[in-house]
Amino acid sequence: MNLQEIVNSLSLEVRTPNLGLDRDVTGGYVSDLLSDVMGNAAEGSVWVTLQIHLNIVAVASLKGLSGIILVNNRIPDADTLKRAVEEDIPIMTSPLSTFELVGRLYALGLRCR
Amino acid sequence: MSNAEEGVFFLTGKDFTNAGAASSSLKDVLERRGIPRDIIRRMAIAAFEAEMNVIIYAVAGMMKYRVTDREISITVQDMGQGIPDIELAMTEGYSTATDQIREMGFGSGMGLPNIKKSTDNLTINTVIGEGTTLEFFIRIRDGITTEQA
Repeated sequence: MNLQEIVNSLSLEVRTPNLGLDRDVTGGYVSDLLSDVMGNAAEGSVWVTLQIHLNIVAVASLKGLSGIILVNNRIPDADTLKRAVEEDIPIMTSPLSTFELVGRLYALGLRCR
Repeated sequence: MSNAEEGVFFLTGKDFTNAGAASSSLKDVLERRGIPRDIIRRMAIAAFEAEMNVIIYAVAGMMKYRVTDREISITVQDMGQGIPDIELAMTEGYSTATDQIREMGFGSGMGLPNIKKSTDNLTINTVIGEGTTLEFFIRIRDGITTEQA
């Protein structure tokens, strides 16, 4: 499954419009603790979080994650988006809560590896 | 060793804007050298946690690296408050971070444990009121893995 298919299925709003969404998503991970993501998320996963500051981009980039989905209509800071474009990490947003969003990702077939 | 490569990154306390930049640059060095991905992954975890500790807790610090064909070794030295009880600091979940830092998703008490888990050796030297030095390395080859070490 690629990121574009997830964006379409879950009606996500893409906040980094210039970044390609044809990248493979090989799993999912949910956490608002950055060290938890660093330690436990698998490469290629899409990351669901409510953190919107720019350090989430460094984490996603270092871990080779496929993208970040922000929940609860949380709008990323401008410098977060700027950094995301520089580091080639797509950021999407959704009005759904974490529970609802992750349930839908799971229903699409995504798993935590 | 002839094929050794060294470098240093300078870190500034509370500079969240550039947080992760040193670890990211180090990752680039390791990728350019063709180091196996699982080794890079482990080192990225350890380097990021060490870098964030300096940014969160210290006034300033530096990250020195040395890469050979056999291992990657990192020294992160800071001018900070020091760690009063290392055993406690190594306990997963223990943290002295402020509420503001925790709200950012840092300070979950997983930093030092993550470094220890990701590396083949971690040494901590600390002096209260002066600072802390972390030294850690990951072996790249010679058939020695974390499990055997």
